[in-house]
Amino acid sequence: MNNILNHIGIENYIFLSVILFCIGVFGVLYRRNAIIVFMSIEIMLNAVNLLFVAFSTYHQDAQGQVFVFFSMAVAAAEVAVGLAILVSIFRNLGSIDIDNLKKLKG
Amino acid sequence: MSIITILFCVLSAITLATAFLTIFTKNPIHSAIYLVICFFSIAGHYLLLNSQFLAIVHIIVYSGAIMILFLFTIMLMNLNKEDEVHKPRVTRWAAVILFCLMCLVLIGIFVNSKPIVGEYTSTGEDYQSIKVLGKVLLNEYMVPFEYASILLLTAMIGTVLLSKKEKSEK
Repeated sequence: MNNILNHIGIENYIFLSVILFCIGVFGVLYRRNAIIVFMSIEIMLNAVNLLFVAFSTYHQDAQGQVFVFFSMAVAAAEVAVGLAILVSIFRNLGSIDIDNLKKLKG
Repeated sequence: MSIITILFCVLSAITLATAFLTIFTKNPIHSAIYLVICFFSIAGHYLLLNSQFLAIVHIIVYSGAIMILFLFTIMLMNLNKEDEVHKPRVTRWAAVILFCLMCLVLIGIFVNSKPIVGEYTSTGEDYQSIKVLGKVLLNEYMVPFEYASILLLTAMIGTVLLSKKEKSEK
């Protein structure tokens, strides 16, 4: 096996990432449950990470993978803080329906 | 059709199908479990691209830490019931149409940019083993690596402060 991109081609990875990213955007717009919205954001982050790794293989450069490593650290921090905010919203409002957060304006 | 192509197709189908099921399932716990399967298949993609370090880190961080955090939060809020109110029909149709349009436009862009991508050439150089990645990470990216630890510490303190019960002030 010489290299994976000779068999598959970078454009298939681009299409896969684009569709995965669009599914994430769709989930953010479609659902009202704030936890599912968070999961959709994770899907979007993963789509971009996958494309980073594919291009790192394409250019034979380790820096893309290092960037993915950092973005995983940022994603972990983001999820921890976001879920803590959700827990405190749930304590105050009794639900995590994002349409109930309209009173946050101003 | 080689075995690698078949593997790629199967993994991609699993990834996309479980991502869709994550969004369409009503029960949040089922969504979380589908998302775990989606993350495992993405780790399979990383293994196909021959980056073992990222595959292992992905399984540990995403499927291990983040999804357990999601499941704990869902259980803490007692959300495992299926009585979620849907968005109004107009908003949902707008979401579907935006999904289709976005896919169409982005895929159209990348189909037309295919000649720019060009051919792939392999030099056989080692660039993604754990040894090389560790050297790159701890030589060139030493300062961002330390900043990542500060970021995680800050996130931990912020999480504890946010989720601590406020004492009544009177």
